[in-house]
Amino acid sequence: MMQIARTAPAKSAGAQRWAVLPFLEIGALVVALVLPLLLQDYLTVFATRVLILAIFAVSFDLVWGYAGIMSFGQALFFGAGGYGAALLARDLDVVSMLLILPAGIIIGLVFALFVGGFLLLGRHPASVIFVALGTLTGAYAADRLARGWYYLGGQNGIPSIPPMSLGSYDFTEGPAFYYFVLAILVVTYIGCRFLVRSQFGLALAGLRENEQRIAFFGYKVQHLKLIIFALGGAIAGLGGSLYAFHEGFVWPNILGVVISTQVVLYVLFGGSGTLIGAIIGAVVIEGVSFWLSDNYREIWPIILGGLLLLVILFRPSGLVSLLLSERERVGSFGRPPKGGHRGSS
Amino acid sequence: MALLEATGIVKSFGKLTALNDAGLVVSENEFHGLIGPNGSGKSTLMKCVAGAETPTAGAIRFAGNDITGLSPADRARAGMSLKFQITSVFPALTLYDNILLSLQADTSLFGLMLSRSRGALHDQVMTMLEQFRLVHRAHEAAATLSHGQQQWLEIAMALAARPRLLLLDEPTGGMSLEERRVTGDLLQPIKSHCSLVIVEHDLDFIRDICDRLTVLDQGQVLATGSVADIQANSKVQEVYLRRA
Repeated sequence: MMQIARTAPAKSAGAQRWAVLPFLEIGALVVALVLPLLLQDYLTVFATRVLILAIFAVSFDLVWGYAGIMSFGQALFFGAGGYGAALLARDLDVVSMLLILPAGIIIGLVFALFVGGFLLLGRHPASVIFVALGTLTGAYAADRLARGWYYLGGQNGIPSIPPMSLGSYDFTEGPAFYYFVLAILVVTYIGCRFLVRSQFGLALAGLRENEQRIAFFGYKVQHLKLIIFALGGAIAGLGGSLYAFHEGFVWPNILGVVISTQVVLYVLFGGSGTLIGAIIGAVVIEGVSFWLSDNYREIWPIILGGLLLLVILFRPSGLVSLLLSERERVGSFGRPPKGGHRGSS
Repeated sequence: MALLEATGIVKSFGKLTALNDAGLVVSENEFHGLIGPNGSGKSTLMKCVAGAETPTAGAIRFAGNDITGLSPADRARAGMSLKFQITSVFPALTLYDNILLSLQADTSLFGLMLSRSRGALHDQVMTMLEQFRLVHRAHEAAATLSHGQQQWLEIAMALAARPRLLLLDEPTGGMSLEERRVTGDLLQPIKSHCSLVIVEHDLDFIRDICDRLTVLDQGQVLATGSVADIQANSKVQEVYLRRA
């Protein structure tokens, strides 16, 4: 009997003594902090847009990478936040950041609760395909609705949104807006990281790996899914409201299928279920797109498509898997044993 | 009063009737074996009890309450725990996290978000891992375990929340003789606080640990009684034991 009990301790696959993730996070933050000092103004404006898209990517990674919910219409919540913020500015002259940002969050949250309630709640768990097609249909329908509704500006959307303000200060495009968005991205990232490394994150990991199994432990699987879906919607709505004020206009495309697909690519390319991978994916794809479109005007989409295919084929876990082991990406949720070490934080 | 009482259970899949007026009665702290030839309906009856399948007809009562229409999650919260026939641990998670995942299921969502029970559950996680001889690999991924050790981990996960009734579907499948013997040893201590329903093809294992047996054949109960009664039952010998 004891022979079985005394199986020799073995190193787990991918176990490592040094955690890479904190260094990656700090490195990315340092680069982001110094970037506006090195960039020309028009590139700072571009970088701000990328950070906003990175917030959007984090919202999708939370839903798909951590809970396994394929929200193929995530742009619905991003666009809803954007349109909501634009309408508040246009019709009610509300431009205060203290009202706009909470409004974006609430609009994204409410839309996600409504869509998620319909798609995810029910006696039997919804299939991945059902949720993917359901959310995609929602985004497509919202896009068509916005194009055809005069109140929302039709095809042209809502132009000339005034700058967002804090007291008497107006946030116009430039370094101030960049650092403001960076601060929101950092806060969002830290909040999400805290959540996915909490016991709730462990429940999400169980949900992603074997939904049926955790139901037999007593978890209310549909409730877990709805909560994370709604949270993802709220973050997307926050990103959308920032996007509206940064760009100065909203148009139906920000609700639709193209940007919904784009965010899937960000997360696939960077690495799902890591948060930092979503940000890296957004930065690299947008950066490479920008550079290629400047230098290879005719064929840049083909080059970009080929590059994306190569990464997805040969690095299905995304770019971050070049740096992070599987153990570190999945993480550990328990307290470290006394005198022992853990694979990751 | 019986802890579990399943009566008149019928389960049809289209034209196929897998269970036809089957039943199962399990008392507190009883180890109850569910045996029968392949296709007799053992696993289907187990799934109906656990909530993985909804019976076409019949009633299931647990601790005096009708649970026929309850979801698996609600049954788990009522004190029922299941180990699937096919091992279903969480391979990418550490052993520690596999147990913690099971133990924290009744923590509130807010408590989970704030990791309120993580510290309090630590000792229980380590105790379970120690009990199932896996503590030295606590922080390795479950995928690195042998098949037998994965079975133990899954039994430990099923037992972690201290259920009143544990349902084990072929817990020794794919195990060596020594591992089967150890599994029997690991299960004996739970008798003081838990009842057990076990589906198993290994009759020696069943004889060693069970108090009572129910024999199924073609979706119906052929016999039920103590191990000695079943061994002496001529119908069981005719239909089941000779085939085995």
